[in-house]
Amino acid sequence: MQNDGNIQLVALQQEVETLKSKVALLENSRKDQLPIAIVSGDLDKIIAAMVISLAAAAMDTKVRLFFSFWALSAVRDRNKKANGKDIISKMFGMMLPKSRNNLNLSKMNMAGMGPMMIKYLMKKKGVLSLDRMFGEAAALGIEITICEMSMDLMGFKKEEMIDYPHLRYAGAATFVSEANESSMQLFI
Amino acid sequence: MTQEELINVKVAKTVDARGTACPGPLLEAKKAIGTIKVGDIMEILSADEGTKVDIPKWCQKQGHEYLGALEEKGYFKVFMKKK
Repeated sequence: MQNDGNIQLVALQQEVETLKSKVALLENSRKDQLPIAIVSGDLDKIIAAMVISLAAAAMDTKVRLFFSFWALSAVRDRNKKANGKDIISKMFGMMLPKSRNNLNLSKMNMAGMGPMMIKYLMKKKGVLSLDRMFGEAAALGIEITICEMSMDLMGFKKEEMIDYPHLRYAGAATFVSEANESSMQLFI
Repeated sequence: MTQEELINVKVAKTVDARGTACPGPLLEAKKAIGTIKVGDIMEILSADEGTKVDIPKWCQKQGHEYLGALEEKGYFKVFMKKK
């Protein structure tokens, strides 16, 4: 009788151990989270990134956007100025689009005619404007991270970036570590 | 649900998203779902064809029950039950 009880206890302990390891595995599994590395600064690609982000956020997926390189144009505020820039930084600042409303199309740009036509069509067909999309994104808690390195490289300063409630500055490792723990990742 | 059942179903909330394209209807649905009770039925009106396919996916992800869609003149009614 005593022996039987011991065997049962051992079996139970073993079962608890397996369950523990299974729970640990579940806890370490990927989060319902979508980090997107946005490198392109074209109007069409920024629209695509925002549409996907909003759809994901509407499904309660945590969305984290990493704006880097040419995409920095989309997070510039044209009404803000930064002082103390060198000549190359000033040149970059002048030549690149000054806000999300000044972006070019990757195709059919036609010296600005293309973006005008797209914006007209978006309005006509009930597609949210980029301003509205950023507003919805803020309301849904979509996070925007600006890549510190590419901002520095292109001579942009924090003072000239948009006002956004969930804005932060970080590096590539932040994207990589968040991508690693997420169920989806995108690069645009 | 069958088409007849959908026509006669009691709706707790109507979301008119006909003026907006993808992902507008989804965002409207997400905002509205918080205002109804569990077990309530919500209908989403949309002129965007994609919504008919997107809402079932949204329901599946959020754990709500997709009930079906009715085709009206120039738009769709998509029905779902909050779980």
